[in-house]
Amino acid sequence: MSHHIVEAIGLHYTYPDGTRGLNGVSFRISHGESVALVGENGAGKSTLLLHLNGYLAATQGQVRIGDFTLNPKTLNSVRRTVGMVFQNPDDQLFMPTVFDDVAFGPLNLGLGKEEVERKVAQSLETVGAGHLSKRPPYKLSQGEKRSVAIATVLAMSPDILVMDEPSSSLDPLSRSRLIALLKTFKHTKIIATHDLDMAMDICERTIVLHQGQITADGATTEIFGDQNILARSRLEKPLRMQGCPKCGNTSLHPPSKREHK
Amino acid sequence: MSKISDNFLDIGYMDDLAGKDSWLHRLDPRAKLITVIIFIVAVVSFDKYTLSGLIPFFIFPVALVALSGLPAGYLFKKVLLVLPFAVLVAIFNPLMDQKVIFHIGSLGISGGWVSFLSIILRFILTVSVALILICLTGFNAVCLALSKLGLPKPFVVQLLFFFRYLFVLTDEAARMSRAWALRALGAKAIDFKTFVSLIGHLLLRAIDRAERIYLAMRSRGFDGRIRMIRAMKINSREFIFGIGWSVFFVLLRFFNIPVKLGALVTGRFS
Amino acid sequence: MHMADALISPAVGATMWAATAGLIAYSAKKVKEETDDRKVPLMGVLGAFIFASQMLNFSIPATGSSGHLGGGMILAILLGPYAAFLVMASVLIVQALFFADGGLLALGCNIFNLGFFPCFAAFPFIYKKIAGVDPAPKKIMAGAIIGGIVALQLGAFSVVLQTVFSGISELPFRTFVLLMQPIHLAIGIVEGLVTAAVVIFVWKARPEILEASRQSEPIGPININKVLLGLLAAAVIAGGALSWFASANPDGLEWSMFKTSGKEELEGGGGVHASAAVIQEKTAFLPDYGFKKSQSAIEPEESVSQSWPAIDPGTSVSGLVGGSLTLAIVFLIGLALKRRKIAVP
Repeated sequence: MSHHIVEAIGLHYTYPDGTRGLNGVSFRISHGESVALVGENGAGKSTLLLHLNGYLAATQGQVRIGDFTLNPKTLNSVRRTVGMVFQNPDDQLFMPTVFDDVAFGPLNLGLGKEEVERKVAQSLETVGAGHLSKRPPYKLSQGEKRSVAIATVLAMSPDILVMDEPSSSLDPLSRSRLIALLKTFKHTKIIATHDLDMAMDICERTIVLHQGQITADGATTEIFGDQNILARSRLEKPLRMQGCPKCGNTSLHPPSKREHK
Repeated sequence: MSKISDNFLDIGYMDDLAGKDSWLHRLDPRAKLITVIIFIVAVVSFDKYTLSGLIPFFIFPVALVALSGLPAGYLFKKVLLVLPFAVLVAIFNPLMDQKVIFHIGSLGISGGWVSFLSIILRFILTVSVALILICLTGFNAVCLALSKLGLPKPFVVQLLFFFRYLFVLTDEAARMSRAWALRALGAKAIDFKTFVSLIGHLLLRAIDRAERIYLAMRSRGFDGRIRMIRAMKINSREFIFGIGWSVFFVLLRFFNIPVKLGALVTGRFS
Repeated sequence: MHMADALISPAVGATMWAATAGLIAYSAKKVKEETDDRKVPLMGVLGAFIFASQMLNFSIPATGSSGHLGGGMILAILLGPYAAFLVMASVLIVQALFFADGGLLALGCNIFNLGFFPCFAAFPFIYKKIAGVDPAPKKIMAGAIIGGIVALQLGAFSVVLQTVFSGISELPFRTFVLLMQPIHLAIGIVEGLVTAAVVIFVWKARPEILEASRQSEPIGPININKVLLGLLAAAVIAGGALSWFASANPDGLEWSMFKTSGKEELEGGGGVHASAAVIQEKTAFLPDYGFKKSQSAIEPEESVSQSWPAIDPGTSVSGLVGGSLTLAIVFLIGLALKRRKIAVP
């Protein structure tokens, strides 16, 4: 199945005020891969993500999602394929109740009432938030909000998940739950993050962005082991690679609740 | 409007109350809304010198509070808090209308004082019932009821969004206010220049946020229409509640029970 | 400047509700036609912004009082009049429901007074004319201040009219006007100043925001004429309804006539008398409207008991006694219900 593939070819993007966002970005992510997108603030991570579901249109170059080249005509099909989880769940949960919020996407797809209800129940169950269905979003904790935000995207049955800083502002327990959850997903995943420990847990591949360009693209352990690459992008080695006695050494291992950040 | 900061926490609390469960909570919001409207119309349709005729109407708020388990003290305090406003305007009545219209013993009571008290009674009745409606139903459900009753969709959608982001933005404003207070060293109110800058930033952030929400909506297939599944059902329970109370209000409106009752009692004892 | 339920008669409340409902329906239709999807979340968030911004107050030098951002004008500048009117209506609805500012019956009046004038009078006819085409700080300042004054003056006058027409408060027209207008002149200037300052702030930081809202703003002379025409129609209908209400029910007292007596001739006499009174009130200048004292002063003593049968001395004592009894019964019932509720949860 080719429609899980994400491909960027020579993407350039300049903001209306003249700021350079992307400066020739090319990569190809194939079916089922989990890729971390790392880089300093302003490196272009969010800008790149916004290209993947067609919210921003590249000034030069193109994006291919599965069989589609992204253009105004394929926009809707692309948005069904690519599910986007935003950095701040408050921006993503805008309906009166959790149920309405998760149902928002499926209803827009034109599904029937029963089908929608089934999808909502299923998505909430997947993220362990079935009991929150009737609650208004502003009554949820940060971790619950994040889970529900992910459910709103899952309800659209996307093939590809794109996430912007999913672990930011979560307490350690919520964070490790999130990591465990994301590991169960079979989707192709692209995760922009500063949380390199999480990246190590979930993503086998990492792309490093620096000033709108890709400066490294390869196996996560290799990239995080290269002090030069990390320093240039103002990143620090993940704790477990700093010889932390509690985390062990460079080995990849499942997240433990005692993990510290 | 300046009471907002003091009162704001209440919105969250009232919303919590609406999340509780009782058969009154579960009643279809439309039935409650319509009954409350009939109540208010009945109460305000009395002439300005009515006192006794208004009193039986207290049964409605009292019964709702008693049956639903809402905190009576809290609601009472809330009504008291806004009462000065009614007093402020009504206080002119005794000054302007000094014609004595009846006597209690040797004490002459002027029409102005009667209408003053009447305004206060109306105020307490209408305000308490509106507050109870919100505490029993919740804002979102009231909006959806209005939508089912024909309020234009763009307006309902805007109300829902407004209520959703009320919590987020007041939080932001409160944080700004706190940050200001920490560095203001005892100044009581913000000076104009700082105020404009605070509000300006709050506004820019609000606009940015709206942009991000729009983005989130678009990426989940938003095409300009908001769709919702909402099961609302009018059953016999709603009918009994609505019709029962409404008939009762109309009866109270036409027959002054206290006067009848009083005549009966005083007739016997005098 | 909020009107309160307790001060308005059902006729005035219903009329203003009708006018407001019409404006909301019309604005909603217009917003829908604009088909700017972005406005869907933007309107809600800006409503929340207006609400939240009112948590912050600034000190007005040398007065000891403080002010905050008023809503209507800045919303109209950012969203255009139709969307702004809807947002203003929501802000007032939440205030009415949660803070009991005003109340439900008076909500129509409040939305009209605080929404209509800034959005459909001050913004298109003053602000837009002065600062609309090519905004610059001085123009924004002038437009917002003059607009603020006009909106507040009209709004305050509207409050006076609504109160006087309702006849619940005894405050005479002249006194009320002399009280309201100067106060609201000051408030208007302050509100205009804040609005201008915030708009200039936005204009300096992100000029494209004002640019965009200006472009998506199709308000033209035809549209505003329609609005005015609709209002005129509403006013005529309202006037008709009012006088019908008034003639059928001079003081809202028809019912009490029922109650006090089986005297048919009194009721008939009351009707004629009432119509006459209405005509008298209609032809007289406004001050006397709702100023019942002067009316009763002119008329012979017996008319007092006619128009105020509810406080007929005979019934007033039983009213007092019965009233207290009823109150006691009401609360006993409440207690009983509560007890039962606790016993059977």
